Amino acid sequence: MNGAGRGGALSIRNAGKIYDPEGVHVVALEDVSFDTQPGEFCVVVGPSGCGKTTLLNSIAGFDRLTSGEIFLDGGVLARPGKPPLPGSDRMVVFQQGALFPWKTVLWNVTCGPIKQGKLGKKAAEGQARRLLARVGLTGIEDQYPGSLSGGMKRRVEIVRALMNDPKVLLLDEPFRALDALTKSVVQEFLLELFDEAPKTIFFITHDIEEAIFLGDTVVVMTTRPGRVLKMIAVDVDRPRDYRVLTSERFVQIEREVREAIHDEARKAFEAGERELA
Amino acid sequence: MAQVLAPVVKTAAAFQRTTPWTIRIRRLVRSSRPYYTLLGIGLFFVSWYLLVDVFKVWRFRELPGLVPSIREWVSLYPVYGVSLFTTDYYAHIWASVYRVVCAFAIATLLGIAIGVLMGWSRIFRGLTFPILEMLRPIPVLAWIPLAILLLPGREAPIIGLTFLAAFFVTILNTLLGVRSIDEVYFRAARSLGFSEIAILFDIIIPGAMPYIFVGLQIAMGACWFSLVASEIVSGQAGLGYKVWETYYYVQYETMVIVMATLGLLGYLSSALVRIAGNRLMRWRTQLLAGV
Repeated sequence: MNGAGRGGALSIRNAGKIYDPEGVHVVALEDVSFDTQPGEFCVVVGPSGCGKTTLLNSIAGFDRLTSGEIFLDGGVLARPGKPPLPGSDRMVVFQQGALFPWKTVLWNVTCGPIKQGKLGKKAAEGQARRLLARVGLTGIEDQYPGSLSGGMKRRVEIVRALMNDPKVLLLDEPFRALDALTKSVVQEFLLELFDEAPKTIFFITHDIEEAIFLGDTVVVMTTRPGRVLKMIAVDVDRPRDYRVLTSERFVQIEREVREAIHDEARKAFEAGERELA
Repeated sequence: MAQVLAPVVKTAAAFQRTTPWTIRIRRLVRSSRPYYTLLGIGLFFVSWYLLVDVFKVWRFRELPGLVPSIREWVSLYPVYGVSLFTTDYYAHIWASVYRVVCAFAIATLLGIAIGVLMGWSRIFRGLTFPILEMLRPIPVLAWIPLAILLLPGREAPIIGLTFLAAFFVTILNTLLGVRSIDEVYFRAARSLGFSEIAILFDIIIPGAMPYIFVGLQIAMGACWFSLVASEIVSGQAGLGYKVWETYYYVQYETMVIVMATLGLLGYLSSALVRIAGNRLMRWRTQLLAGV
């Protein structure tokens, strides 16, 4: 998995998405544009309902845009009218987890390359064991996901995605359900994997600290309709560990992001109140 | 960090081993469950004995007593010709079991196949669902004449009717099972490059399995129900036929023996379906027992 020079440039151009279920226009995304470099860790933060997941689903090929385009290394991923098409070049780690509970960990992790005919069973299993060991998981290959803890499941799922050697890794609030301690452990594993073989990561969260701790770039989005409010470069050296969290620069960036997002969170909250009233 | 994770990995590995039988039995003996079960069964038989045999309570005295029934059942020379030691008894059991096994097997194969197709293809569902919903509520008893008209011989109508009840239940539960699978698994499978066939065999069928087995349990019960109904109407052998015959010839002890046999066989067959289900869904039993 040598990351550099193998693509992964994501380009989002005026992306827009309007849901129109019962004649009521709901603008989820409006004129969103930004680029990521190959091997960049891009984190999108924003209040709930700002269209983060819609954007991720459009990249992944689960959903279609109503305006604008998304490119991956120059090829069109999404544009209005183009049927959504998922692919193993963009692997997703889902918010609620999507390991197949009826298959063993090893089956889950190796199924991608085997089904695509990229690797034989032996080779895939060897690589899977190596990667699982890399994230501190040995001896669980024959278990079913149901008997794993939340933090273990997340790591297995990241390994399953990486086994496909994707150009972009898409993570949709993957650590949301974890307790704070487990979360920090899994975050560090993700950072270690990223530092070893940087590949483009598109990470969604509403946890500001997590966003800055992980990302090269933090994209702050507005409340509905979702637009890009601000892009903040995180110029904190890698490798990073928990000590970074209290560094002066980190705190400075955190204040900047919080200030940007505060008004939006407030607006989202008030909009929610209005919808309930 | 490795130190933090080591115990987590260790406990997880412990789930892999299945609990040995000796420990399981010891656990069962220690828990209160088997004693309540025994107490429940005991109370039932004691009430029967007291109401019928001893006090001959009004209306209850018309029933066959507990002691005469058991005596007849274990007798070497039963008064009415049916006991544990007569071939006749096993001939009737075999006739019924054979019909149920045939009907249940066909219903399972066809039911799961059609149910999966209905869950998989919107067109197929649109075509078949209204008809299914119209045919399903028709009681098996109402199908009896049609089955006799349509199917040749004496055996086929009985198997056909037994099949029918199980068939609808299996279809419906399989369909529900397929529809219950979270969309996220399909998305993950498509991202991972699964073909439609792989999605069918690796996502849809195992994902629907829990519902399918709930359906099969109900289907098994439905099989016995409609078996007895159709044997009463058109059988020449079998437990359902025997129940009615013994009533007709006032052989009430034998009637009770046959009824008890039906109950035991029904219980046994349900248990078999459950065991098969647990075998096939180890991921689920591990999940439920692994706490």
